Amino acid sequence: MVWHGDSDLPKVDLIVLPGGFSYGDYLRCGAMAAHSPVMREVKARAEKGVPVLAVCNGFQVAAEMGIVPGTLMRNAHLQFVCGDVHLTVETSQSLFTNRYQQGQIIRVPVAHAEGNYFVDEDTFKRMEDRGQIAFRYCGHDGDLASGNPNGSLRSIAGVFNETKTVLGMMPHPENAIEPRFGGTDGKGLFDALAAALV
Amino acid sequence: MKARVHVTLKSGVLDPQGKAIGNALHRLGFPEVGDVRQGKFIELELAETDANRAKTRLDEMCRKLLANTVIENYRIELVG
Repeated sequence: MVWHGDSDLPKVDLIVLPGGFSYGDYLRCGAMAAHSPVMREVKARAEKGVPVLAVCNGFQVAAEMGIVPGTLMRNAHLQFVCGDVHLTVETSQSLFTNRYQQGQIIRVPVAHAEGNYFVDEDTFKRMEDRGQIAFRYCGHDGDLASGNPNGSLRSIAGVFNETKTVLGMMPHPENAIEPRFGGTDGKGLFDALAAALV
Repeated sequence: MKARVHVTLKSGVLDPQGKAIGNALHRLGFPEVGDVRQGKFIELELAETDANRAKTRLDEMCRKLLANTVIENYRIELVG
């Protein structure tokens, strides 16, 4: 854990930007936290290739910092969503998702009011060509026409940067790693990271 | 010098809040209301007397923080 006002960061193998509500979502969600002093160094490390996992509010912050493409807008139905969603794993070719099969359906929780992913069409096409879409919302049977909880463009739930060393996602894989918490489908992501980094 | 910054959603970006405002206005008896888009208005006091310099600096402020240019446009206005 590092303090937001710090200007330096110890040497680390992985940076995690967790969920929460930074700065009361003033101006735009994640906008203030994206410019807190420690984030300059986080951005520099991300650009050097240090892996970054950004979840929920962390994804909003990462998008505001520009270390992943796109942005997160207010949910299309204007309501907070809280509950389990199904995701398709769009690629297994990454540090984060190599323990999953491409096309595998996993169940993990979401809890957010601003998870409506948006990016312009040209950037989206480039992202798709490069395999930067990590997860999409889907129905329990993998149907992409259902299961989108927030109106995200093309049901996008998580995206990579160009080098796939930064993953931003709205769902919480860290809340699906113990059977008693309702599921273990998020564990694969951490197993993959542990295998790659330790 | 005082500056006003207007931040608006780009056309083509859905604005569910604007839509909800429009629906509420219809319910309140304003059926003439069509599309509603919600934006932000930010007023800033600047320790600067040169208008061109102020505009350059404000442009930078908008790109760095005040607007998210993925989804938003901004307009700068200098007053007094």
